[in-house]
Amino acid sequence: MTRKSIIFFLAALLLPAAPAWSAMAAKRSVLANGMVLLTSEQRALPTVAIELMIDAGARHESAARAGLAHLTSKLLTEGTAKRSALQVSETLDFIGASLDAGCGDDLATISMTILKKDLSLGLELLAEILTAASFPVAEIDRQKQSVLASIKAKQEDPGTLAGEAFAAALFPGSAYGRPVEGTEATVKPLDRKSLQEFFQRYYRPNRTIMSVVGDVSEAEISAALSQVFKNWHKGEASQAAASPTRTDGARTLRINKDLTQANIILGHGGVARGDADYYAIQVMNYILGGGGFSSRAMDSIRNERGLAYSVYSYFGAEKTHGTFQFVMQTKNDSAGEAIGLAREEIRRMREELVSEAELSDAKNYLTGSFPLRFDTNRKVAGFLGQVEYFELGLDYPNQYGELIGKVTRADVQRVARQHLTPEKLLTVIVGSQQKIKVP
Amino acid sequence: MGRRRFGCLDFEGSCFSFVPMIWLRRIALLTIFFLSLPSFSFAAQVQETVLDNGLKVLLLEDHKSPAVTFQVWYRVGGRNEKDGKSGLAHFLEHMLFKGTPTTGPEEYSRIIAKNGGRSNAFTSTDMTVYFATMSRDKIHIQLELEADRMANALLGDTYFEPEKKVIQEERRLRTDDNPGSALYELAASVAYSIHPYRRPVVGWMEDIQALSRQDLVDFYKLYYAPNNAVIVMVGDFNSQEMLAKINAAFGKIPRGAEPPKLNVVEPPQRGEKRVSLKKEAELPILLLFHHAPNLHHQDSFALDLLSMVLAGGKSARLHQELVYRKQLVRGIDADYSAVSMDATGFALSAQLLPGVDVSKVEAEIERQIDKVKTELVSERELQKAKNQIEAAFIFAQDSIFGQAMKIGYYEMVGGWRLVDSYLDNLRKVSRDDLRRVAQKYLQTDNRTVGILIPTKAKAQ
Repeated sequence: MTRKSIIFFLAALLLPAAPAWSAMAAKRSVLANGMVLLTSEQRALPTVAIELMIDAGARHESAARAGLAHLTSKLLTEGTAKRSALQVSETLDFIGASLDAGCGDDLATISMTILKKDLSLGLELLAEILTAASFPVAEIDRQKQSVLASIKAKQEDPGTLAGEAFAAALFPGSAYGRPVEGTEATVKPLDRKSLQEFFQRYYRPNRTIMSVVGDVSEAEISAALSQVFKNWHKGEASQAAASPTRTDGARTLRINKDLTQANIILGHGGVARGDADYYAIQVMNYILGGGGFSSRAMDSIRNERGLAYSVYSYFGAEKTHGTFQFVMQTKNDSAGEAIGLAREEIRRMREELVSEAELSDAKNYLTGSFPLRFDTNRKVAGFLGQVEYFELGLDYPNQYGELIGKVTRADVQRVARQHLTPEKLLTVIVGSQQKIKVP
Repeated sequence: MGRRRFGCLDFEGSCFSFVPMIWLRRIALLTIFFLSLPSFSFAAQVQETVLDNGLKVLLLEDHKSPAVTFQVWYRVGGRNEKDGKSGLAHFLEHMLFKGTPTTGPEEYSRIIAKNGGRSNAFTSTDMTVYFATMSRDKIHIQLELEADRMANALLGDTYFEPEKKVIQEERRLRTDDNPGSALYELAASVAYSIHPYRRPVVGWMEDIQALSRQDLVDFYKLYYAPNNAVIVMVGDFNSQEMLAKINAAFGKIPRGAEPPKLNVVEPPQRGEKRVSLKKEAELPILLLFHHAPNLHHQDSFALDLLSMVLAGGKSARLHQELVYRKQLVRGIDADYSAVSMDATGFALSAQLLPGVDVSKVEAEIERQIDKVKTELVSERELQKAKNQIEAAFIFAQDSIFGQAMKIGYYEMVGGWRLVDSYLDNLRKVSRDDLRRVAQKYLQTDNRTVGILIPTKAKAQ
């Protein structure tokens, strides 16, 4: 490894154990510019899946400029120093490749799927986007129009509306409580200068995790990246996010829409991904409402009473925080009954030990289905990025069985008591309010 | 095109494409991967066997990962229902999870899950499909369960009424409260005058309400038999061993009576039809539906390519003109689904930007249609469309589930070997073909126009 070579080989781990995982043969290295590169060579198909996770999410913007991070991500593919927006899309479409950029609270993401034969062109485009996105004023205006329209269109999607109201109530004043798109008032004034500044500051290799999975070796991809990314330089280092302030507390928020169903979320704060109880919580939640047709929620609310088509619960865990949500839709006049049943299932999780059979079924599903989480190249790429981002370690798949396996019935009850808090349940109901009667 | 036919199946996300062609037993929390067309040489690799009882078995080994997907495809869907009984095939699919003499109600899903598998089922106009993906050492469990419910489903009395309510909630969620789906349902009900595709697969609310358990029992007897089903299996297994297991599990199920063949041909449309729907929404939607042939007609390949030229990606014509240059719509899509039992549709749909007049958008789309009718598309545009479809073919092989779906779809509508000739047929299409099919099918007289007019609840 010379200094000239951009690639600084840090660690390349070949993992034994679980068969699917060993076939993944994931390798990790850190480039001289600070970018973490994860690779898995898969020769079965002449394709490559690439996934970038960049520490350039909405948490880096102020409330007054909400939507800045999102709009920046949208502009990435709308013109570079070398190519107009149309030339970018024409180039991609002509080779049948896809390149999508998006943005969440914490991370911006870029995904590419491309045929192996076009890989060098794809990497060139990627590098152009990351080093020379040009933010043309006309394209900014177009994308703003498009964002404003999607803010409006969200009003048509009761599930999204309920989710946004829930987040806003739980994390007020924080990026985690705001929609990443921003609002009409905050998006309109965003200008080219603020986008460029955001881009320059946050889209940096030392804030980036890149996963490359497919018909390419680690050596090939490293060499190619050192070439195309030679002008992408380190910037400000990532700073750990602060945990958002949370406003738990029982409240009911109602949004009136002329709909046949009430879209309901009951929930409160949860745990961060690194919480010691994370795995016990996953087992507990599987039994409560995460386990599809094996869950108590599905049994009680759908199968026994026919009150809902979709009913589930989940613990969303991010780096610094998390949420618990129990989500369902039922015809407006059943809302009260369904909410009562949901609360009853939550209460029961806390007060009674789960059965041996429930516990072992949950653990068997979670461990048995684990390899299905990475049964395509696209999924492997996403999975590798998550493993790195959440610092799970490349041997995570080998540890997973034990992490789940050691959870006991007592653990399940303990985490239910600790992390399900009926007196703090926030209730959001989107629907035809005059028909919705909640005691 | 397969991929476009189903639009976005990520039911969690907000997705613009809205044609609800298939009805899942449960909203998938994962994106079901679709399904552009397939591999280059399935014919060489797929092993076809027909058991003595008429059950066809299609096996494709793929050893990329130690997983297997096992699917049972029944040749029955919404198209086999009668007026007044819409939703029957889909209702029956739900009831197949209510147990057999040896498996309790909802046990199927639990057994698959506790063995680390993921399962679901769906119903479309043309077929009903049950599937699971599991590790190779567990897949025999599902195989036994599927064989059992092919012959012995109880369709339990006590579960009938609650499940009816579940299905009504499903309809509310996915059609009644979804402006795009509701508009498509309405437009289809008008576009077809006699063909069963005019009925929604989930069923009209009133029909669902009126269905009886006896309807289900009769339908089950008529259509659920080995000679009306196909097994599709893709993944990490040995074909010979697997075939023996399938034979042991399914071979003993007796052949059923030949199910009735449906032969309804929609007469040619003679004049434009227009419908509008007023509904709680924010943005208008415009839908232009044209009758078009399925994959048995040579024109289908040109229509596939035409849909790509018009709306396959951001550089495509309609996107460039209406989204980019003129900024009239938020998104625009062309849906053409050649992999269909009967003649199908070529639909263009757009969600408007705030404040834009629907007639302006319609006029602009008409201009673009006129253009492909009068001028040849460029060589590069045609090549781009071909490249896009060929690349999608290859990407689709990343998933064993996606491969099995492909094989199943083709098998249902005309034989899985058609997959192999698809790309060859596609490559032969010329610029003249595109102009010719545009002239032939994208006519106003062959069109149904649907318009969603947003209304709003008063704030409370």
